[in-house]
Amino acid sequence: MKFTEEHEWLRAEGDLVVVGITSHASAQLGDIVFVELPDVGTVVAKDDEVVVIESVKAASDILAPIDGEIVEINEALGDTPSLANDDAMGEGWFMKIRPSDPAQMDAYMDEAAYNALIA
Amino acid sequence: MSDLLHTPLFDLHAKLGAKMVPYAGYAMPLQYPLGVMKEHTHTREKVGLFDVSHMGQVLLEGTDFEATALALETLVPVDVLGLAEGRQRYGFFTNDAGGIMDDLMLANRGDHIFVVVNAACKAADIAHMTANLDGVSVTEVTDRALLALQGPAAEAVLAAFDPRAAEMRFMDVATLTLNGAECWVSRSGYTGEDGYEISVPAAQAEELTRSLLAHDDVEAIGLAARNSLRLEAGLCLYGNDIDVETTPTEAALNWAIQKVRRTGGARAGGFPGADIILGELANGAVRKRVGLLPDGPAPMREGVVLYSDAESDAPIGTIASGSFGPTVGGPIAMGMVAAEFTTNGTIVFGALRGKRLPLTVTALPFVPANFKR
Repeated sequence: MKFTEEHEWLRAEGDLVVVGITSHASAQLGDIVFVELPDVGTVVAKDDEVVVIESVKAASDILAPIDGEIVEINEALGDTPSLANDDAMGEGWFMKIRPSDPAQMDAYMDEAAYNALIA
Repeated sequence: MSDLLHTPLFDLHAKLGAKMVPYAGYAMPLQYPLGVMKEHTHTREKVGLFDVSHMGQVLLEGTDFEATALALETLVPVDVLGLAEGRQRYGFFTNDAGGIMDDLMLANRGDHIFVVVNAACKAADIAHMTANLDGVSVTEVTDRALLALQGPAAEAVLAAFDPRAAEMRFMDVATLTLNGAECWVSRSGYTGEDGYEISVPAAQAEELTRSLLAHDDVEAIGLAARNSLRLEAGLCLYGNDIDVETTPTEAALNWAIQKVRRTGGARAGGFPGADIILGELANGAVRKRVGLLPDGPAPMREGVVLYSDAESDAPIGTIASGSFGPTVGGPIAMGMVAAEFTTNGTIVFGALRGKRLPLTVTALPFVPANFKR
């Protein structure tokens, strides 16, 4: 698993990359009440705003960590946005991207480096 | 946050694990480890305790209550003179254009009037009163904290400290002895729930707060839940829902202007902007604050521009406050819309991230008030 400075995680799953936010980020955001996900089929570039997370307090943008096509979104977040709080690193995933340049993942931190960042 | 002011409970907030944020020049608790959602729900079901010491507490003392009341009536369009001793009332300072400079609570304390104003406005309010209240001494109370104890079990909690708390009705004020501290207490609040606001000497504030929090039913609640609670209760936040550009009629606050200050009343007018405000009371305003219920799950927050339909380019209003309502279980908002769109059930559209999303104009409050009348 890889981590961005924007507190997203990326996990390779076959030739896809699953993206979500870290438990640390989800705790900072507080109670998540709505997650707006991109449409399947959307082609995104790294740093595009692709997801909006609404907590009780505020809205936060999540940026695409890599270039690629959105091939699946986590429909369960529609009914249960709190999954992004309760299981941020697992069932609370946001989307699966088919990367156009898988090597982009290599630039991101490993878990130890991320844990050092948030320590 | 080193240049921020601290309330007398600053150290306690840190010990309680609060996430502190700057608010109106103060370091204030946004939320505690419980989290906004549970803090909100806890207040609706049991009791929440809020530090609101950033707000301005002011004493007005003239030769007698009547003189002080009549002086204050030159700045606010409400019936101050008719307020009975031991009673509190909502009001606002207006300007010559009929706009609201701040909203406030005022209480008849017998020989003086006790006023509570918003933190962000308190310096301006005190200067305004000092300059304009002839023969009245205006004294900011700087040696007291202000707590709010809110929720259906608030009476039971506070009556254990002083049984006289149970005898108070909504908007009564009294001096109670809580934990040995002489407290100025009103039965009011900003959540739509029954409860009290408690002015306590700063030196005894932490001890009283700890004693209240020791009760199983009481949790510390931060500013984030305070905002979602007041929004569900349909209450205005100064700076969002009301400001100097907003008149009382636009703000749907006609109820706060008693008959005696209206056209035909014994003390009609005589406050800043009276011609405009009395005109709107008679004829209505061109726009009005309404409740807005987004049809979908996406919250629409302050600044979202409203339109009559999904295509029109002509705005008909703006959202002033918007969030998720934990008790409602969905997004809620209040906003100013043009008069022809204020009927309950009217559908309007908010522009959110490039889309037009429908909202329904809805009666306020979103959650019924639970006061002890």
